[in-house]
Parts: sequence; structure tokens; C-alpha cells
Amino acid sequence: MKNKAKSNGLFKRIVGNQMFIPVLAILILVIVNLVKDPSFFVVTWGLNNDGFPVLSGSLISILDNGSELAILAIGMTLVTAASGGQDISVGATIAVAGSAMLRVLCGGNARPETTQAPVIVAFLVACLVGMLCGAFNGALVSVFKIQPMVATLILFTAGRSIAAWINNNELPIVPDPKFAWFAGCIPGIPIPTSVFIAIACIIVIMLVLKFTNLGLYTQAVGINESSSRLNGINPTFIKFLSFVILGLCVAVAALIKVSRISTINYSVIAKDIEMDAILAVALGGNALSGGKFNMWASILGAYIIQFLTTTLYRFKVDSEARPAYKAVVVILLVVSSAPVVRNYFSQLAKQFSSPKKEVA
Amino acid sequence: MKKRVLAMIMASAMVLGLAGCGGSAGSTESAAPAQTETKTEEAAPAGGDLIKVGIINNDPNESGYRTANDKDLKAMFNEANGFDAKFAYSMKNDEQISAAQGFITDGVDYLLLSAADTAGWDSVLQDAQKNGVKVILFDRTIDADPSLYEASIVSDMAKEGQTAVDWLAGQNLSEYNVIHIQGHMGSAAQQGRSGALDAKVAAEANWNIVAQQTADWNAENAQQIVQSVIDAKTPFNVIYAENDDMAKGAVAALDAAGISHGVGKDVVVMGFDCNKWALEELLKQNWNYDGQCNPFQASYISDIIKTLEGGGSISEKTIIMDEKGFDASTITQEDVDNYGI
Repeated sequence: MKNKAKSNGLFKRIVGNQMFIPVLAILILVIVNLVKDPSFFVVTWGLNNDGFPVLSGSLISILDNGSELAILAIGMTLVTAASGGQDISVGATIAVAGSAMLRVLCGGNARPETTQAPVIVAFLVACLVGMLCGAFNGALVSVFKIQPMVATLILFTAGRSIAAWINNNELPIVPDPKFAWFAGCIPGIPIPTSVFIAIACIIVIMLVLKFTNLGLYTQAVGINESSSRLNGINPTFIKFLSFVILGLCVAVAALIKVSRISTINYSVIAKDIEMDAILAVALGGNALSGGKFNMWASILGAYIIQFLTTTLYRFKVDSEARPAYKAVVVILLVVSSAPVVRNYFSQLAKQFSSPKKEVA
Repeated sequence: MKKRVLAMIMASAMVLGLAGCGGSAGSTESAAPAQTETKTEEAAPAGGDLIKVGIINNDPNESGYRTANDKDLKAMFNEANGFDAKFAYSMKNDEQISAAQGFITDGVDYLLLSAADTAGWDSVLQDAQKNGVKVILFDRTIDADPSLYEASIVSDMAKEGQTAVDWLAGQNLSEYNVIHIQGHMGSAAQQGRSGALDAKVAAEANWNIVAQQTADWNAENAQQIVQSVIDAKTPFNVIYAENDDMAKGAVAALDAAGISHGVGKDVVVMGFDCNKWALEELLKQNWNYDGQCNPFQASYISDIIKTLEGGGSISEKTIIMDEKGFDASTITQEDVDNYGI
């Protein structure tokens, strides 16, 4: 009897855990792929066209292509938790930050012979631009109390035009092949650099959350703004800060995106990525209305989305049908990880366990 | 201590933020007029025997195609060639229509139009007809009675696809295992360029589609699609990408996986649109084929105007432009300079 109650408690704790649904989703995707085609998980060692060794396989592709989304999910989680709303301008601000980076690298020239500035300078400028965009959104949301989705709608609409304007509507091509290393492989290292960049971002945010009060303050503001103010937290600062951090994440994602093709296309770069970033937060079981959050769950959510995309490509789902498949899976995941549904299931678990107790 | 550090971070972020408000707002304002405002440029005071032309086009910054298109028109319709030309740019139909009304009031002889939208042009074109203004459409057709315009000069996307597929068939590969990367589904370019390949694959036994996916004109999506085919170890020897950007993404995936591509190599790479950098890839023999989408309509338009001015009539209302396909083994630097956009 005691054992039974204990196992029931454990079951409830596992099901009730926020990580349960994301981990379950990964497991299901893994099983589906194992059944359909086990070679999905084969990672092979080969040489790229420059003659350097690289690891390749679907798993590497998922880690590689999921990096931008994972980085964006970090910032989006903070924004969601603090402001109870989402930033829909991240795709457009990636275009702006990427364009600024190319402007510095290529000096406003579409086809320069050499790079005009070191990559690190260009990247720092992009960080500054990304944070400025974030600060613009953050100021509208925190100081002027505009709904986050409405406030970020401004950059969502104008961002890609601004990006084109920064480079005088030219599409600069970076002449230095080394620039492609930020998304591809550095010679001698067989894993794409984007994976390491994502890991670095994850480590930084985890250290920040562990050693500062950022996480606590963000959740406090998201749960109850006025009571957190009464406790000496400045909600305006916290909300503003969350948008600036997202801006920084955008700049890092922009570096990877631009590096992938060594050029930019303002109208299609990072298109619709804001929706995937919001989705990653939701898949992680975080309430989109703000408050408590779990950073690991959001990051896992981002990789689930990439896992799903890669799986759909792998299964050669029809072009027209692919969004529909994705939508069905996403609806199932989001609904089942919604706090309301999770509560309902834990209630159900309680009901199951109580009659048993009476019998015993 | 922790609090103080956090406060300092926040304070510095706030300072950045204030600067940010100024910076971002400023750029929004300065970017906006360039994008939406209808600009009218006066070319020259109307001379005695100059032909007055009003040209309504989409924003030249829309794409490389449009930039090349605008340059071509400006090079043809100027005083040196006997034209008094006025230009108006907008990507909004209502702004284009009011620009057209302005040109009609100004008493232009010809109205050249690349409409933003297919619908809504009837009444303004009837106005033009009443006032004796002849209308010539270029690049895009509209939903209006053909009697309202003299001619329409357009690209035939299906023919572009057919030219490319015929070229591919001429390569005499023993087997065609094609990765087909499509543009935005439903767009005219996608439908035309996909149609020819689909028909060929259905007709020939040794033509197979290994993967057929839309990358929405996006290089990174194309990269992922090709990556997934490589990861699945499915053999392929042709990449048929419906624009240059997507071909570039596909090639990035090939490079990462150590698969050779180009003339005489393992994989045939095909793209469309003839961007200058893409033609340079052909010149370096990294790609095999690039199909043109011709933005150079000015000479066609000027021929029509000359015919009409000479009292002749146009037999064919719809004129389809010649569009080339470039082969990496025969392309020259001259081609790159002349046809690269």
C-alpha cells in the first residue's frame, strides 16, 4: 500500500513535470524514425569539398540547423515570461542585424575584393544593432505599456525595408571564405561551429540564471507586476532588459544565418522564424501569458521543431502537405503541454489513485 | 553585490536603449519614403518632336530583377533616344493608378505599365483610351479587356522551364535522379518551371525525382532539403533549383558533404534568374546551367512604339520575350557582363 502510493506519487511527478511532454515528443520522434528508417541515426565520417573531415548525418543536421532557433528561444522565453507577450519582429531584426554586419564587412560595396573590417567588429556592430532593436521594442512595451505583439509589429513590418536601406538595396557577398566557418566547419573540427555557438549561448544563460536574480525577478514580474513592484523590483527595467537580451540573441542568430550563405536576402532571410521561436516556448510547456518559465524546456522545444522539420524532409512529405503535417503535430504537442491540460491529467491521476486507497 | 552588478547591467542597457529609440525611429523614417512614396522624375522639358512616355513600374529595390529592369528602361527611354520619359514607382496598386491618372492628365503619348496587382485597372485604362493615350504592358499582365492596351510583353515561365529541361535532356546522362527544389508554391515562376520538369519525369523511364520540396526561394531551406537527401544516402546526380539563391544553398550542402558538382563532376547544378554572381559560378564551372528570366523589355517596347508611330499595327497582342539558358561549358565573360543582373 505504501509502495503503491509512492509509485503513484512518482508517476504523478513525472507526468506533472514540465519537461515530460517535450521529452516524450523527442522520444516519439526517435521511435517513429527508428521504425521507419533506422539509418536516420547513423552518423558518418567523411571529407568535405575542401578536404577536411566532417561528421554528417541527420542528427548532426538537426543540431546544426536548430542552433539559431535554440538561441532565439532563450530570448523569447525571457520576453514571454516577463511581459506576458511575444516579440514577432525577430525575423525582421535578424535581417537588420545581418545587414548591418554585412555593411561593416563589405563597406557598402556589393562585391568587395577583401573584407573591409574584422569579423569581430562586424559582429559587435550587429550585436549593438540587435540590442538597439530590442531596446526599441522593450521601451514601447515597458515604458509606453503597449501590447508586445502590437509594439513589435512596427519592426516586423518595417524591419526588412530598414535592412535593405542599410546596404543601399545591394546584396553584398562576403569575399572571405573564412566567414562561412561560423555556420559551417572550421577546418579540422568535424562538427559545425553553429552547434558550439548554440552551446555557448546555453551555458551563458544558464550561468546568468544560476548566479543572478534575473530568473527570479523575471518570473516575479510576469506573475504579478504590482506585487513585485511592492517588493522592490522595477518591472519596467526587467521587461526592458528581457527585450535587450532577446536583441542580443537575434544578433548571434543573424551571424549564423548570414554565415550559412555568406550573403543576405532581405525578403526571405529567417522568414517566419518568429513563429517557430514562439512555438518553441509553447512546446516547452511555458505559459504564453507569462510568469514561471523553464529555460531547458524551451531550448528542447526548439530542437523538437527542427527534429520535426528534418523528419518531414526525410519522409519526403509533399511540399503542399508539409505545413499541414507540421500543424497537426504542433497542435497535439501544444495542447498536451498546456498548463490547463497538464492540471487536468494530474487531477485524473489523483482520481485513479484515491478509489484504490479505499479498497485497500 | 549581485544586485549592484545587475543594476549596473540594467543601467547600461537603459542608456543603450535610449540611444536605440533615436536610432531605430530615425531609420524607420528615412527608409519609409524611399519605399512607398511615389517618385516622379522630370526628365527634360518637352521638346517639339520627343515622344512623351509615362512609365509606371514597381519599386526598383524589390529584387535584382527589378533593378535590372529599371536600369534597362532608363537606358532606352531618354532624350537621346527621342523620348521624353517620366517615371513613377510604387508597389501599391492605388498609388500606381493615381500616377497613371497624373500621366494621362499630363497628356503623355504612351503609358508603360508593370502593374502591382492584376485587378482594378479598367476605368483608368478607359480614361487613357478616351484621351488617346496608348497603353503598353510589360513584365506583368492585368485582368482587363485586351482592347484597352496595345501590347503586353511578358516572360513565359513555362518556356523557361522547358528550355532548361531540354538542356538537361541534351546532357545524355544514363539516369536522371533529380532533387527538385521549388519556389514559393503557386507563384507563376514556380508553376512554369516545375511544370516542364514534372512532364518530363512522367514521360521518361530513366528520369526520377529523388526529392521535390519547396524552399520558398530561400537558400537555407534549400540547403536543409539537400542535406536531408544526402543524410538519407539517396543517390542523386541533378539539382534543379528554381532560382539562383536556392541553387546556392544546395551547393553549400554539397560542399559540406564532399560531393563534387559542376561541369564533368558528379552532380549537375541548375539555377534560374541569371544573377551576376550565379553566372560567375557558371564561368568557374561550379554550376552547369542558369536559365534567364529576361528583365530587358525596353527594346521590345521601343520597337512597338516605332511601329505604332510609323502608322503600323501590332499583330500579336502578347509578345513573349526571348529567354536564354546559359551552359557552363560555353558561357563567356561577355555573357556574364551582358546578361548578369
